[in-house]
Amino acid sequence: MTTKNIVQTQAPYPARSVLPTPVGSQIVVQNVSKSYGADAFAKEVVRSCSFTIERGKLTVMIGPSGCGKSTLIRLVAGFERPGSGTITVDEKPVTGPGVDRLVVFQETALFPWMTTYDNIMYGPRARREDTPEIREFAEALLQKVGLSAFRKKYPSQLSGGMQRRAELARSMINRPNVMILDEPFRGLDAMTKRLMQEYYANLYDEFRRTTFFVTTDIDEAIYLADRILIMTNIPTQVRAVIDVNLPRPRHVENIIESDEANAIKMRALGLLHEEAMKSFARGSKAAADFIDAYSKRMSKK
Amino acid sequence: MSALGKWPMGAATFITGEDFWRGVVAIIIFLLFWEVGSRSEALFGFAFPWVGQVPPPSSVLKEIYRLIQDPSFWHSAYLSTVRVLEGFLAAIVVGIPLGLAMAVSRTFYGISFPVFEVFRPIPPLAWVPAAIIFWPTQELSIAFVTFLGAFFTIVINVIGGARSIDVRYFQAARSMGSSTFDIFRRIILPGVLPSIIVGATVGIGITWAVVVAAEMISGGGSAGSMGGAAGGGLGFFIWNSYVGGSYTQIVAGMISIGIAGYISSAVLRKIGAWMTPWLAEC
Repeated sequence: MTTKNIVQTQAPYPARSVLPTPVGSQIVVQNVSKSYGADAFAKEVVRSCSFTIERGKLTVMIGPSGCGKSTLIRLVAGFERPGSGTITVDEKPVTGPGVDRLVVFQETALFPWMTTYDNIMYGPRARREDTPEIREFAEALLQKVGLSAFRKKYPSQLSGGMQRRAELARSMINRPNVMILDEPFRGLDAMTKRLMQEYYANLYDEFRRTTFFVTTDIDEAIYLADRILIMTNIPTQVRAVIDVNLPRPRHVENIIESDEANAIKMRALGLLHEEAMKSFARGSKAAADFIDAYSKRMSKK
Repeated sequence: MSALGKWPMGAATFITGEDFWRGVVAIIIFLLFWEVGSRSEALFGFAFPWVGQVPPPSSVLKEIYRLIQDPSFWHSAYLSTVRVLEGFLAAIVVGIPLGLAMAVSRTFYGISFPVFEVFRPIPPLAWVPAAIIFWPTQELSIAFVTFLGAFFTIVINVIGGARSIDVRYFQAARSMGSSTFDIFRRIILPGVLPSIIVGATVGIGITWAVVVAAEMISGGGSAGSMGGAAGGGLGFFIWNSYVGGSYTQIVAGMISIGIAGYISSAVLRKIGAWMTPWLAEC
């Protein structure tokens, strides 16, 4: 299984001289607030939060765990409505979930009772678009995510990395204007995660659709992002916006050696540290781990 | 997993498997113990408690051999099987839609669940007298009691199964453009299916327990309390053997019910495995 993964994900990708034109929608989040619970027991998770996810760019949101990132994802995806404020996609307000904004969930949300192929074809079939063209596209996607031989397998028969790739294909077949990824590589082992990041970066370079990517991993953020949104502790707001202008396609090795990438990382870690401290004061285990890792990093300098 | 779960691998693999031989040895030891226990009075001069009163397996086997050539025994088995199937199928036909409706609609759940929960703890056998009064024929009353045996288990399993479907499946389906009906057909139904199969497998076992007891209580044939032409069945067969003092026949009747229940559950598990290929171990 693992050897197969490596062989497939390390297939050589030709360096592109001309990048494809950016496609997709632009999402504007303006003064959005969201609370859960009623009246006196209400817990404010998002407080007058504003940001823009630009067309054809990969925007990565990073923040301390439990800070409300997933809430923002549900709001942008349209699964929930904001308490106040507006979210617009190409200037049209979001009123519910739509095929223009597809979410790739944490862990995996493939339907366990469908084979890989049926999972990928779910969207087109749901919309009665099961045409020869879409089937051809499904084949191409299966090929691209290296799962052609696994088309008749059920998700439980796939490895963690394969499941994530199948899920990427299931979203991409719908040609969404925006891809929303909620910590898509969480729970994978370090090696598979790294391969998936490289794999995903190549996929992104190829399609260049507007992407909203949530993570808690700063290295992942810098490797993938055009722009990083650093979020505050709960109630969530944007603490800082950092543009990452490293050339694409990127390579992990180059990023480790890049001064610019390191400068971004240090700045981001500093900000996250402050936010994590606030979160830590609230007793978050994740924050404690983060501070631990951060102080090790600082002492090395 | 029970030894039965290995059947899909093929009979040959099953018989050569360790589990199979463990089972065979266990049954042989059990039969030996029983045989010796039954003859304990003659062998040791005192009867073992309980087993000392039971006819030995050798005579039971002889009785079974006689019974399988006796058409009236098969008629009893046939009557019970028909009642089990009637009650079970009715429970499936009524229970699955009811459970789904209760799982899907909060309003309907709010209305029906309290009523359901009041009726659920009533043992099916407590329904026998009422069923005999309310239903026009004895056959219908027995089938009704049998139905109750499987019904509650199936409904509870369907509700539980539907509740435990991951909410992200619904979110994913909705954002990919699924209609409500499409979500019902392609997410809820397959999501509930494993629970339906569990409910049905447990339910049919209860059905056998209930049908036999109902047949005993309501009486069989022309000897029945209602004096109708209906009745009979394995429950009545055992009761009749008891009245007639044929102890080997009682035990033979009990064993035949055990086998019938085992076969029903095995068939359901097999159908279940075929309907849920994604749950198969790879």
